[in-house]
Amino acid sequence: MNFGVIVFPGSNCDDDMIHVLGSVMKQKVVKIWHKDAVLPPNLDCVVLPGGFSFGDYLRCGAIARLSPIMQSVIEFAQKGGYVFGICNGFQILCEAGLLPGALLRNENQLFICKNIYLKPKTLNSPLTASLKLDQVLKVPIAHAEGRYYADTKTLSQLISNQQVIFTYCDEEGRATAQANPNGAMFNIAGICNEKRNVFGMMPHPERCSEAVLGNTDGKWIFESLIKNAVMAC
Amino acid sequence: MVITEPQTTHQTAKSLGLLPEEFDKICQILGRIPNFTELSIFSVMWSEHCSYKNSITYLKKLPRSGERLLVGAGEENAGLVDIGDGLACAFKIESHNHPSALEPFQGAATGVGGIHRDIFTMGARPIAALNSLRFGNLDTAHARRLVRGVVAGIGHYGNCFGVPTVGGETYFNDCYNQNILVNAMSAGIVKVGETVSAVADGPGNPVLIVGSATGKDGIHGATFASSDLNEDSIKDLPAVQVGDPFQEKLLLEATLEAIKTGAIVGMQDMGAAGITCSTSEMSAKSGTGMRIDLSKVPARQPNMKPFELLLSESQERMLIVCKKGEQAKLFAIFDKWDLECAEIGVVTDTGRLEFFHLGEKVADVPAEPLVLGGGAPVYQREFTPPAYLKQIEAFRQGKIRQMPNVLAEAKKLWQTPNIASKKWIYEQYDSMVRTGTMTSCEPSDAALVRVHGTKKALALTVDCNAAYVHADPKKGAMIAVAEAARNIVCSGGEPVAITNCLNFGNPYNPEVYWQFVQALEGMGEACRILKTPVTGGNVSFYNHSVLKDKTEPVFPTPTIGMLGLLEDYEAKMTADFKKEGDFIYIIGETKNDLSGSEYLRTVRGVQYSPAPHFLMEEELITHDMIRRVIKQKTIQSAHDISEGGLFVALMESAMYRNLGFQVMPYGNGIREDACLFGESQSRVIVSVSPSKVEAFETALKSGKCHFFRRLGQVTSGKCSIGYEDYGHIADWKKTYDNLLAEKMSN
Repeated sequence: MNFGVIVFPGSNCDDDMIHVLGSVMKQKVVKIWHKDAVLPPNLDCVVLPGGFSFGDYLRCGAIARLSPIMQSVIEFAQKGGYVFGICNGFQILCEAGLLPGALLRNENQLFICKNIYLKPKTLNSPLTASLKLDQVLKVPIAHAEGRYYADTKTLSQLISNQQVIFTYCDEEGRATAQANPNGAMFNIAGICNEKRNVFGMMPHPERCSEAVLGNTDGKWIFESLIKNAVMAC
Repeated sequence: MVITEPQTTHQTAKSLGLLPEEFDKICQILGRIPNFTELSIFSVMWSEHCSYKNSITYLKKLPRSGERLLVGAGEENAGLVDIGDGLACAFKIESHNHPSALEPFQGAATGVGGIHRDIFTMGARPIAALNSLRFGNLDTAHARRLVRGVVAGIGHYGNCFGVPTVGGETYFNDCYNQNILVNAMSAGIVKVGETVSAVADGPGNPVLIVGSATGKDGIHGATFASSDLNEDSIKDLPAVQVGDPFQEKLLLEATLEAIKTGAIVGMQDMGAAGITCSTSEMSAKSGTGMRIDLSKVPARQPNMKPFELLLSESQERMLIVCKKGEQAKLFAIFDKWDLECAEIGVVTDTGRLEFFHLGEKVADVPAEPLVLGGGAPVYQREFTPPAYLKQIEAFRQGKIRQMPNVLAEAKKLWQTPNIASKKWIYEQYDSMVRTGTMTSCEPSDAALVRVHGTKKALALTVDCNAAYVHADPKKGAMIAVAEAARNIVCSGGEPVAITNCLNFGNPYNPEVYWQFVQALEGMGEACRILKTPVTGGNVSFYNHSVLKDKTEPVFPTPTIGMLGLLEDYEAKMTADFKKEGDFIYIIGETKNDLSGSEYLRTVRGVQYSPAPHFLMEEELITHDMIRRVIKQKTIQSAHDISEGGLFVALMESAMYRNLGFQVMPYGNGIREDACLFGESQSRVIVSVSPSKVEAFETALKSGKCHFFRRLGQVTSGKCSIGYEDYGHIADWKKTYDNLLAEKMSN
């Protein structure tokens, strides 16, 4: 698969994503500067990495969505290209209107970095198609604004369309309030759009895809994406 | 020459923190009376913070050379150590105590920003951060406010900047009630030969400033850091700088990109004393001078005075000497990253710093006399053993009654914030960005960070038990170095070098100076024996509480930041028990010694007791034994025994996987409380799977081995010590994990 990772000023998981997609998953991957107006040709998937684009000043993702490259990303998504936002990337996708809802300040008002557990809520997405519904993954989070919020109407649409792709759970797979690290509605950790080609998630699978780091659960998600997205093309 | 400012006097000098004899020396150097701007320049450059005038004599006695060291201590912005494969590690620790005591969030944030800047100024990309924090009594609202602010500040800066905070230590003690300690460490990686020096070679080369605009924040910050903190210090608030981690992230990426153009001759970040410090240090190092037009410095507000532009400690700025004619290459990169860059002057061959403002020369001083190793003053202060040592000598362990119920004592010790998990703190730091942190899912005694593109990992730790140093500065400092090395050995690494952050009281207090001299002696001795030279660091004096009738210095706190190396990260060792049925051993002999222990101080209220038992010979043997059994792959875990003694070490190893233990540690005439809570040094808990027991014991018996003993076995969760039932590990873990959060919610 051909990946492009967008670098905004303040992105800080761009190198991590390139490392995992390229060196670990053995895919083709290029860096794309946010001031570029057009995406390179033949991309299959655009990745918006984590970090603090524009310092997260004003509101997380609110300035990044105005970067020149974003118009091309929106068009790419509209044409059916895959767009995957992680953490700050998820926030940018919500600000850009490619995904519904918003990510609010964590319930405890603090930045939280720790390993959490999540499980797929649906297998009807390339990110989860190769997983099992009861498969619990240990993946780290690192954010201060990760509490997923949407109005009631949007939320019921998300649920009825099976657009919620990951929920926070405990080690045994129970989506309890205690297992919800940030107060997200319905323990939502990741969603996709209606066309199922744009995904956003707060946890960082790229941080747990190598044995040297003591956790390879994130690799399941990349493997699923690569396997199922290729089949879709 | 036109100098229009009013004449200065001894009184002006005093108000800037200079001594009368220092003023006289300045007049002698210049051959005339300095104007206010010039005097300001001398005042910051000769402050303790920049000149190390009261410490340098003793710093020079520390071992400062080794085959891996690529630059000498103090020669560059940070130490530089060869780690093989054509790579080097730049690392350093620095204090930001006084700013954090006044404005904890910004004080701590800019401390983190400053230390990272020291690393990437050299061309190295920071890959790991650590911190060492000291707060007062957590039961006071003041201490909690400071904890909240400092932790948020460190997180704010480090998280946004995108470098993981991989390790640290936090202690609480009343001696830090007014004067907290915030020490931040950074480590970065650079290719050997691609580093940048803080030099100003080549007269005629242009001088550029890049990064944030210069504002009025932090003026006289260096002088402020070198004076007493008291009730009036709140009036010094403008001396605390405000940080912008986003700007620093841009500066990092842009400068690393700019270095690749080959157009950069020299570079230095602007920290303490701003433009003054960077221009004088770079010029002095090259034996050159500079002519700088201050009106070209991008300013945050109009009408800033020359001395304000010179002394401003606005953050996120770099001074660059560029190859003549190649400015355009740098301007293009800084423009890409939306950073402001201005050409403000030129390198000269005069050896003088000439500052102009709106066409007028406002200062003209020689560079050399300003700097450490040049003409900056050097003092040796008087010292005398502190009076409190008599109380320590008077301690008799026999007079401490042994409490009948050890379990009840263990529970009390478990409830103290120094023992409890620091989860509430470290979960606010991004510890995993850059996909290098190996200790997020598998704990080790030192933080392990793999070096991308190699099989190597850095092992990093910060250590200092200041209570030991207070009780016996020499031995306490030795223990700090030894414990750091022990942590690295237990993680599977080899100790390589240290950086130090020397936090002490007022050097003009002979008792404080005695602590300083003794601690440095101990540190030097330990570093020599452990072959971990000192690569640099930072001295922070004037840390004390101001009481009605006296000042009370903080515990002498010479924090050790140690760098270790694993040639192959697969050879790492972890600290957690792995499996029910594994055997638990102790390596190193437990002494009948409660001295200096957390138990004695916090649970029994004994404030004066000696430092715990420590002998370097025993320490070395313990390291050798641990190395041997790690290499032979006969152990499942290794965890050093430190605060809280054997009891806490067992709990810590067990909790991670919700396992328990059944141990019989008593005997040899050692009282039960000393056995469980004593902190005699050079001891490590290891676990061994049953199939490896024979090989393990044979390995230890075959070498030089002072002591090891089987204590018991890992269980599925139940804990027992001797014949006493200690309940289930889950209950202990709950208290351990939540204590700090509960205290902070008060």
